Amino acid sequence: MDSSPSQSSSTESTPKARFREPQIEMAHGAGGKASRRLIEGLFAPLLFSPSSNAEPLGDAAHLDFNGTKIAITTDSFVVKPLSFPGGSIGELAVNGTVNDLAVSGAKAEAMVVTYVLEAGLPTPVLEGEVLAMGNAARKAGVTIAGGDTKVVEHGKADFMYITTTGIGRPMPGLNINARSVRPGDKIILSGPIGDHGITILLARGELDLEADLRSDTRSVLALVEALANAAGPGVRWMRDPTRGGVATSLNELARDCGCGIVLAEEMIPVRDAVRGACELLGLDPLHIANEGQFLAVVAPEYADAALNALNLAPGGQDAQTIGEIREQPSGAVLVTTRYGGSRIVDMLVGDPLPRIC
Amino acid sequence: MKFVDEFREPEIITRTSEQIRRLADPNRHYRIMEVCGGHTHAIYRFGLKDLLPANIELIHGPGCPVCVLPMGRIDDGLSIAHDPNIIFAAFGDMMRVPGTQGSPLEHKARGMDVRIVYSPSDALKLAQLNPDKHVMFFAIGFETTAPSTALTLVRARAQSLHNFSVFCNHVTIIPAIRAILDSPDMRIDAFIGPGHVSTVIGCRPYEWIARNENKPVAVSGFEPLDILQSIVMVLRQLRDKEAKIENQYKRVVPWEGNHAALRAMADVFELRPYFEWRGLGFISQSALRIRDGYSEWDAERRFNVPGVRVTDPKAAQCGEVLKGVLKPHQCKLFGKECTPEHPIGALMVSSEGSCAAYFNYEHRKTATVTSISSAA
Repeated sequence: MDSSPSQSSSTESTPKARFREPQIEMAHGAGGKASRRLIEGLFAPLLFSPSSNAEPLGDAAHLDFNGTKIAITTDSFVVKPLSFPGGSIGELAVNGTVNDLAVSGAKAEAMVVTYVLEAGLPTPVLEGEVLAMGNAARKAGVTIAGGDTKVVEHGKADFMYITTTGIGRPMPGLNINARSVRPGDKIILSGPIGDHGITILLARGELDLEADLRSDTRSVLALVEALANAAGPGVRWMRDPTRGGVATSLNELARDCGCGIVLAEEMIPVRDAVRGACELLGLDPLHIANEGQFLAVVAPEYADAALNALNLAPGGQDAQTIGEIREQPSGAVLVTTRYGGSRIVDMLVGDPLPRIC
Repeated sequence: MKFVDEFREPEIITRTSEQIRRLADPNRHYRIMEVCGGHTHAIYRFGLKDLLPANIELIHGPGCPVCVLPMGRIDDGLSIAHDPNIIFAAFGDMMRVPGTQGSPLEHKARGMDVRIVYSPSDALKLAQLNPDKHVMFFAIGFETTAPSTALTLVRARAQSLHNFSVFCNHVTIIPAIRAILDSPDMRIDAFIGPGHVSTVIGCRPYEWIARNENKPVAVSGFEPLDILQSIVMVLRQLRDKEAKIENQYKRVVPWEGNHAALRAMADVFELRPYFEWRGLGFISQSALRIRDGYSEWDAERRFNVPGVRVTDPKAAQCGEVLKGVLKPHQCKLFGKECTPEHPIGALMVSSEGSCAAYFNYEHRKTATVTSISSAA
């Protein structure tokens, strides 16, 4: 659950859940519409104070303890297979939390880790993942400060699950808030999309498809810092488009800011291997998960500086302005094609399912 | 990307779209049905309606196998799989299609062993890997997917693989087109013929449409340029008062079809006397069942099938939308009770269903938006 309630203590009447679905489905964890209904209908009303003028749900919560500001976030990783071209669950678990903090405008400082292990997990597998976490943490400059381990019976989990909780220091001069977004702002994407989701899909071995593709898992902190240095006051919103992809992140933004979002399809960087797999399976790259990219909305007068800074930073050479904020279509995301057609792109519904027949 | 980018080339697309404007008589209204759900999806996904003059109306046809499958068949298939020894295997397309007690995915969440497969032979592999379980493949699709189901059954018999069966829902496209043309409230000027079905059946089976019904047909590919070119083809025929079958999708569709695939189908399947289509009702000789020689692999004969018939909710107007009498958004339930997340009618389930395509890509689209490429 990525969310940012404002803290407060209240004595109001017993909160009530609005979530009416009879059981939890896989879709509630897929990061799309169903996830949002679960969070807004059940977690938020029961856990967050109703009196707080709640911010739209963000990637991390920013808290103020008598002037000491910290950002905090948590994320669980249940990826299958555990390792895949370009990364593994351990690396993902560190980078995911570092990135959630980074796109909320904070630099990760420390992290605690929870492992849920399935009895029978070979020690070398665990060791490999812990090693990967250590390396990723060093690379991102974050201290792993503690953790917890639970073991469940064989067959009750899929090898291992990892939860990381990170705290970070807000970067000075950054103020990330969906409500500050306004028509005319530019939307910048840090690099090609869909690499992670398609890599995982292929690594599961269920499709007789092969592609020279690697997960994009990486820390985006350095890129966010480059952006903050070059265009800090102009950066209005950021998000790492993980589950649900760019489409879901931007639909959430459109809803939160009440504006329309218009993307130019030909400006969106997608590798040929990802495009090819998506064409074959009837998927939209805009719905595919990423683990090393982020979206930023930047005021128009800062847009050139922002893009230049990203393009010059290591790993940011493929960053691209992909669209802009408009007044219309209010609350929705529209993609224009090179030949003058256009289509609405909605949030992901459930998991992306390949079309065959 | 080869075989894709050439067919999305903006300059040629713009030229073709201008050609359509020139060909279309401004004093006439054109109703062109794209038979195949893949075309419906492409038309919305590529925003092709933005490139057509207002007097060309595209009617979305019955060629979405998930959409035309009656709910009772889903219930029947799922009822077999309540047995914990049975694995229910189906294409991803089927997973969110609601039965009366929920979709296959919802049954999976409640503990049913439901697997997504990418081909019938993957389901067969699943049976080989799970010798102590029975794998039932819930087969759907037109002639596009029926040959691969047929070949899988041939292999299952050759390998004497007894823990595998097929719940066959394969349907054939021609009777559905005939039913549409026979429907009294139907007024269609021309057809964009199905592309992938035609890779198997070829173009000959459509000849009666031109000959007897005097309607032009262009068998079409699925890229933006394919579809626009097919519209050019039928507009030209209409202008010249002609009616013939044209093959726009020559790079894939042989005029005579695929003999090996047709033979495999004929060996394994026979026509059912009649079959129920969602929205269209019972159509005679419109679906396939498994021949006696393969009865051991026929889930309908091997298991006890309740054979339930479920009528669609009265308020859902799937039939009218399916026949093109109503546009998706004119249905009373569209976007309210019926959404892609909670579909009531099947047209909302598959992304190839016209309601889901309309909801996903068109709904909420307001005024034409100027492209931003210059601005970015």
